[in-house]
Amino acid sequence: MSSIRTRLFVILLAATGVVWLSAVWWIQHSTRSEVEQVLDARLAEAAQMVSSLISDRRIDVASAGPVELNLPVPAAGSDYSRQLSCQIWSLDGALLGASASAPSGRLAAEQTGFSDSLVDGEAWRVYTMINEDLGLRVMVGDRLTVRERLVTDVVRGLLLPALAILPVLAALIWISVGRGLAPLDRMARALSARTADDLGPVSAGPLPREIRPMGAALDGLFARVAGAREREKSFTAFAAHELKTPLAGIKTQAQIAAMAPDEATRRQALARIEAGVARTDRMVRQLLELAAVDGAPEGGGEIVDMTRLVSDLGQDMRRLATERDVQLRLEMAPELFCRIPDPVLPAVALRNIVENAVLASPPGSEVVVEGVARDARITLSVLDRGPGIPEAERARVTERFFRGAGAPAGGSGLGLAIAQVAVERLGGRLGFEARTGGGEAVQIVLPCAGPVHESGRASEGRDTATRS
Amino acid sequence: MRVLIVEDDETLADGLSVGLRLQGFTPELVTCCADAREALAQGGFSAVVLDLMLPDGSGLDLLAGLRAGGDRLPVLLLTALDQVRDRIGGLDAGADDYLGKPFDLGEVSARLRAIIRRAEGRASALLEWNGLRLDPSRMSGEMDGRELRFSRREFSVLRALIETPGVIVEKDRLEERLYGWQEGVESNAVEVHVHKLRAKLGAGFIETVRGVGYRLAEPRP
Repeated sequence: MSSIRTRLFVILLAATGVVWLSAVWWIQHSTRSEVEQVLDARLAEAAQMVSSLISDRRIDVASAGPVELNLPVPAAGSDYSRQLSCQIWSLDGALLGASASAPSGRLAAEQTGFSDSLVDGEAWRVYTMINEDLGLRVMVGDRLTVRERLVTDVVRGLLLPALAILPVLAALIWISVGRGLAPLDRMARALSARTADDLGPVSAGPLPREIRPMGAALDGLFARVAGAREREKSFTAFAAHELKTPLAGIKTQAQIAAMAPDEATRRQALARIEAGVARTDRMVRQLLELAAVDGAPEGGGEIVDMTRLVSDLGQDMRRLATERDVQLRLEMAPELFCRIPDPVLPAVALRNIVENAVLASPPGSEVVVEGVARDARITLSVLDRGPGIPEAERARVTERFFRGAGAPAGGSGLGLAIAQVAVERLGGRLGFEARTGGGEAVQIVLPCAGPVHESGRASEGRDTATRS
Repeated sequence: MRVLIVEDDETLADGLSVGLRLQGFTPELVTCCADAREALAQGGFSAVVLDLMLPDGSGLDLLAGLRAGGDRLPVLLLTALDQVRDRIGGLDAGADDYLGKPFDLGEVSARLRAIIRRAEGRASALLEWNGLRLDPSRMSGEMDGRELRFSRREFSVLRALIETPGVIVEKDRLEERLYGWQEGVESNAVEVHVHKLRAKLGAGFIETVRGVGYRLAEPRP
């Protein structure tokens, strides 16, 4: 049942019905015991009365055969009139007298007090008492069917109006459930009327307490979607700026070279064009890397020799380091094997971190890449003696296109963002720490199933490295 | 004309700086919002070439701050976002014109001349005074049917004087218009250029006010 209204309607109606039926059952029960008590008391009373009438000789039973007894009965015309029957028996078993309504059979056996009996196919409730003075047995009884009818009439009196009210009650429940759910309808209408750009909070207006959590959850979702959309938009804006600005620079410099009044101006413009192209090239490479690591798979993969990966990287970076007059030193523990989703991930992460370190380093200083395995983890550290990341910027350095105030010129603000995404894909952690003595220590901690030294898997790793 | 360039990209900033100088402007270069605010506070600029994304903030904020302060300095926005919405945003923030990257140097200087002209309340691109018609886009002029050519610095001095004809322009201000902060000022440079201008325009065209500066003479009756 997918409609809350229908479901609530059925539940409420069923619950009301059950409550009603239990009440009826309970009333029937208590009425029955009440009726029994009252009628039993009346039976006993009537028997006493008949017995005392006989004792007072108002009824003469000794002289005559069966006589008609006229007992006080409820007002004539009622359904319940003449319900009491009386029989007077001698102690030796002769019927001395009976009321008009009494059956022909004997009402009860020998015992005194209350008893149930079956006379001429009818169930009777009988009170028997013995009049010792006259040697008589007085029996007063009524039919159980009469008692039953009494109870049934009471219950019917309850049920009939209930059944009559039922449709009215159902209608009331249906309407009030609808009313109660109206805020949901309103919310749905408000939501469906929204445009795709409208990500404002739902709970701007007053919401009932019950749907407030849903409103809050929706608001949270909207805020997250808006945030993601905002990031996407600012990424596009940044990427456009970062690509078009150097292009504008190159075009401007080319125009200057074309109209340069002297050789020196022309030569300088050409040099700037070259630098601009190099920068744009790096930017494009980084954007492509970012797209690659964004789309890289997580988990599984192949076994890679990190030691070898770092030494390959060292070869690539050597030229940049030499240009900058920076020493690049690799201190890798041998045979650091690790199962990773894609070898491009650690390579890209490390390359960007090392590149940053080299660019930040003062001439004549040293950049160290360390790799150790500990507790099923491989830790790769890149240490430089540059100015370090200012404390206030440390939390933001992995944001895309974030460039610190003191960052070296020409950077895209993407390098560490790429490293962060790549390390996340590897299930690892990227950490930044100021170095004692100046500079920055960047750490990549990668979870590994433990460095593998057995020859079989080690050689597998080496094969992989060779193939790639 | 002194123009402030606010651009953080080295290649582009240098290109604009050199290019605009070749086109007859006197460009000053700053690379962030903070430096730009400081330079603008000092004043003396005819226009600003403003990049939108700067390392310490948005060019739009800088622009909004400028306009909030009541400054009507012409501003040309440079930006990579050439969506219509961004253009509208830039113009609404108080920019006078807008150029999407990459752009043509010639177009930058033409647009700069146009927004400066509008700011000065002139309808014509030509500046006229006392029989001289000056064309800033070509750094040339015409007087009594004669075509006149000026060097970049001669033109800068003449341009500064013709903006407010008849009003004295201090020698310091002329030097400021002639040279950017980066360039060294020769002590008698202004005198030299005024001398050359008098040779081309006639001795009485520019008057010397001793100890103060120069002004253009009132028209001949």
